[in-house]
Amino acid sequence: MVRTPETTASWAGSTRRLGRLSTATVMVWLAVAAIGAGVLALGFGRLAIPPDVVVRILASQIVPLEAGWSGTEQQIVEAVRAPRVLLSMLVGAGLACAGAVLQGVLRNPLVSPQILGVQSGASFGGALALLLGASSVLLVGGAFAFGFLALIAAMVLSKVHGRRTVLMLILAGIVVGGFFAALVSGVTYLADPEENLPSIVFWLLGSLATATWDKVAIAALPVLAGVATMLVLRWRINILALGDDDARALGVEPAVLRWVLLCSAAVVVAGTVAVGGVITWVGLVIPHIVRMMLGPDNRVLIPACVFLGAAYLTVMDTAARTLTASEIPLGVLTALVGAPIFFVVLRRTQARGWNDA
Amino acid sequence: MLELHGVGHRYGHSDFLFRELDLRVDTGEIVALLAPNGRGKSTLLRGAARLQPFTEGSAVAAETVGFVPQATQVTFGFSVFDMVLMGRARHLGPLTSPGPTDRERAAEALAATGLSELAERPFPSLSGGEQQLVLIARAMASEARLLLLDEPTAALDLANQGVVLRLLIELATDGYGVLFSTHQPDHALAVATRAALLAAPRDLRVGKPEKVLTEEALSELYGLPMRRMRVSTPDSDELRIAVQYT
Repeated sequence: MVRTPETTASWAGSTRRLGRLSTATVMVWLAVAAIGAGVLALGFGRLAIPPDVVVRILASQIVPLEAGWSGTEQQIVEAVRAPRVLLSMLVGAGLACAGAVLQGVLRNPLVSPQILGVQSGASFGGALALLLGASSVLLVGGAFAFGFLALIAAMVLSKVHGRRTVLMLILAGIVVGGFFAALVSGVTYLADPEENLPSIVFWLLGSLATATWDKVAIAALPVLAGVATMLVLRWRINILALGDDDARALGVEPAVLRWVLLCSAAVVVAGTVAVGGVITWVGLVIPHIVRMMLGPDNRVLIPACVFLGAAYLTVMDTAARTLTASEIPLGVLTALVGAPIFFVVLRRTQARGWNDA
Repeated sequence: MLELHGVGHRYGHSDFLFRELDLRVDTGEIVALLAPNGRGKSTLLRGAARLQPFTEGSAVAAETVGFVPQATQVTFGFSVFDMVLMGRARHLGPLTSPGPTDRERAAEALAATGLSELAERPFPSLSGGEQQLVLIARAMASEARLLLLDEPTAALDLANQGVVLRLLIELATDGYGVLFSTHQPDHALAVATRAALLAAPRDLRVGKPEKVLTEEALSELYGLPMRRMRVSTPDSDELRIAVQYT
């Protein structure tokens, strides 16, 4: 075996390129985009606050600064916009990562967090809580409980003759999702049109309008825990994406790893539904855009999805609350914008990062 | 050293594909496994690599076993280098990603198969022969000393068959033990130190290729008349099988 020094050296760092930019450079820009989107979003709204003032208000939380801004501005940034922007970042990052992980684990490009029925299950749990006029604690609890019930149902249904194939898992997820979608329709049918129907419908459409620091805390735990698990296991997702046989041949037991990853995706999705309802297309569009920029390696894909997902949903949510006088449901906006973006990106890059053979 | 003791396999309650078979593969040797379609060649290899359990019998390996699948249908266009790097999985804890040592090992394995220049290319864009070499490199990167290859030359043109077969010889010279399945008796005669012919479910004939791969045995096995001939050139003297297809 002969090893040429220069080939080894060139692989010391990651050298995949987007045009002429290195992966590291693109990653830094994505992080800047996420932070930039957050700062700008804090300034946007009925009362516009310049970005430099936003930055100084934020900095004053840590270091004492002379207040060159009004108390109203401080109040709006701290109590109104900050929780909402943070929530959109959490939800966007979570959904993008969950989508990327599910696509890798299930080896299917068209999988999104809606597959496996988790989103439908969680939305049924939340809608049921709203129908019963339950507290927000029960809403969150219901979203989690039924989200997980949906995942477990899909896992059980997909096991045929003691074997579970990935295709069967996807099909079982579609079945479970359809079932819970029907239950959600039942709930909206039963809801009182005067009293709780509007809140159920608005919640189902997906919205971060009711963001509070409490909701940030509620979403942070599952989303951060789930995404952290995905980040830690991100190289192993590559191996799982090769298929079970290859994984076993490489000394990786696929069943346990898949279960852990599916659970972390379910935790994240249930967490996002609990605070923001059903926000679609983020988990499908963002991983594809990142794959097209940086390739399919999950070591790069997952962290990039954190940044781009956060930036994207923050921009979308800011548009949702500022474009018109009244709030546009975020889920409507992400679908309206996401679908055409997805199409354009797919066409322009001819599905790079996917094997079209 | 890999030893199969009395292995047998059947799917569900159907008849045994094979039964009570013994086979031993040492490091530094190449064993060719021949059998018609559907006799359980792949099952035997997969069992030996522990991708699936045998119904009965046991497989014992003194060294790490690397399995090279026939062809991998990848959904994602991972780069060639990333594919080889995945061979490092068994040496890494569940929570770790590959480090500089792993990248070095992967680069070495890739260099050994002569594909260093393709490192950045997406795996699916490679030819079948190149893909096969990448999968071999991946098994080498896993530091397996025993390589089990499922029909490594099946989908390749003649030139690429030659590339793969020469690599098998190189691997054996480097101390790897190689067990590969093939439909080409010529390949066994050309590179194998021993041949294993699965003539019947309980009849695995193992020995020197020229002893095992006789005209009678091959003709009976594949149901086609075959002639074995000696092809002599000034610098070589080889046995070849001629098949009467029509």
